[in-house]
Amino acid sequence: MNRRPWVLGLVVALVFLFLYAPIAWLALASFNSSRSLSRISGFSTQWYAELFDDTRVLASLQLTLQLALASAVISTVIGTLAAFGLRRAFPGRGLWTVLLSLPLVVPEVVMGVAMLGFFVKLAGVPLGFGALLFAHVAFSLSFVVVVVRSRVSGMDVRMEEAAADLGASPWTAFRTVTLPLVAPAVVAGAAFAFLLSFDDVVISSYLTGVGSTTLPVFVYAQASKRGISPEIVALSTLMVTATALLLIIGVVVASWRARRAGSTAELV
Amino acid sequence: MSRRWLKANALLTPTGLWLGIFLLAPLWVVVQFSFATRDTGVARAVLPWTAQAYLTALDPAFLPIFGRTLVYAVATTIACLLLGFPLAWFIARHGGRFRTVLLAAVLIPFWSSYLARIYAWKALLDGEGLVNTVLGWVGLDRDGGFLLTHGAVILGLTYGFLPFMVLPLYVACERFDFRLVEASFDLGHGRVSTFFRIVLPGVFTGVLAGSLLVLVPAAGDFVTPKLLGGVDQSTFGSVIDDQFRGGNNWPLGSAMAVLLLVLVVLVLLLRGRRGEDVL
Repeated sequence: MNRRPWVLGLVVALVFLFLYAPIAWLALASFNSSRSLSRISGFSTQWYAELFDDTRVLASLQLTLQLALASAVISTVIGTLAAFGLRRAFPGRGLWTVLLSLPLVVPEVVMGVAMLGFFVKLAGVPLGFGALLFAHVAFSLSFVVVVVRSRVSGMDVRMEEAAADLGASPWTAFRTVTLPLVAPAVVAGAAFAFLLSFDDVVISSYLTGVGSTTLPVFVYAQASKRGISPEIVALSTLMVTATALLLIIGVVVASWRARRAGSTAELV
Repeated sequence: MSRRWLKANALLTPTGLWLGIFLLAPLWVVVQFSFATRDTGVARAVLPWTAQAYLTALDPAFLPIFGRTLVYAVATTIACLLLGFPLAWFIARHGGRFRTVLLAAVLIPFWSSYLARIYAWKALLDGEGLVNTVLGWVGLDRDGGFLLTHGAVILGLTYGFLPFMVLPLYVACERFDFRLVEASFDLGHGRVSTFFRIVLPGVFTGVLAGSLLVLVPAAGDFVTPKLLGGVDQSTFGSVIDDQFRGGNNWPLGSAMAVLLLVLVVLVLLLRGRRGEDVL
């Protein structure tokens, strides 16, 4: 396989083409002068202008951002705790692992209808922001745990032991040694949780209440009636750019933190 | 109980509570609904208990839909494996210090809007779309484009779930000792033999975890088939959705959801312990 890596390289290039083709097309179509998404006829920025005048889209964008932020904060905090809980073997760890892998594999439609039935018929929780938040944390948590846990389990316990030997209290050792080491994974987990919530259509579509429509649900409802509007294509292009920037910042910060943690490790 | 046990469970309690209340309890409610009679406005009491919903769900009329769903899910998993493995292997083996960047590059499109991407594919696969035009240059174009075909649905699903395959595969490939491949070649094994005897067993946990993360969600997805496949593309997921949104037959929808859950549990059990450290 490694005798001819260029064959492999070609295949990989094609897979990347497959991944980026629709994104590139969206960016192109957002500057189209006609409404069509399939035929490009000229250059214009009118869809961006119309987007920024559309208060309904902007309102649901604001709601979606607030929801994603709240969901990411909660799931990152309790998910990180859980990842540390799973660090060492203990009786019952297998059961916890099974529980935590459920949200990863239960189809969204099943989770969505289950939560709808639970909130409406049993718990009396009104549909809307609260129900959405409960649900979003529930399906994002496991991703945070998986990401943070992979870092925690690969961590050298001797670092913390060294800190303790040098007289650090458990809290100081955690704050100055453990936390910087897992920070990149926590950031990655938080970004994951944010974007899972930000992009969710299926589960949210069951739980939105009056006046609390998230953007993906709004887009889905609008698109199934009269196709996707060019404004949404423009917004999507902005979202792709924004998420890409967010990810790049995340990667840069993570590698910076890792380098700093690495140099501290050398000092120890 | 030991201190370690107490500490671990204390750290896991918030997560356990959250998942218990907002995931397990809802799933239990669905199980209850599935045994309820239609039109009872099911609340706490679900009497009289009946298996009617299951009998309806297993009606032969739904068989073509289940069959189609299964074909979509399996084809999607295979396509994700075929595309994801070279990618994961390449990044782990030849990525060098660009590994993180390459992995991020795989994830950037995934972290954009899912609906926008599906609509972009819709436009690309259209009769006048780019794909058909390019294929037209070599005489492979198709009248009316590729929309509303099974291929379009599988392509859309593969696109949507590819990252879930690539990540566990990458983790497995990163742990793989590439010197084993050299050793195998030195000992006279060919490419095919090396792949099946050395590489595949070495990354099998990743293959298992990735397939699990793609297969089951793909079997439940209904937005992609609806948008790329058209009217005649109802799947397991869309039938469940219809019962809750349009048809208003919650017991039937719940019974189908429970059947899908049983599939999940079966796959989890089949996985056993082997994929656990990756997932």
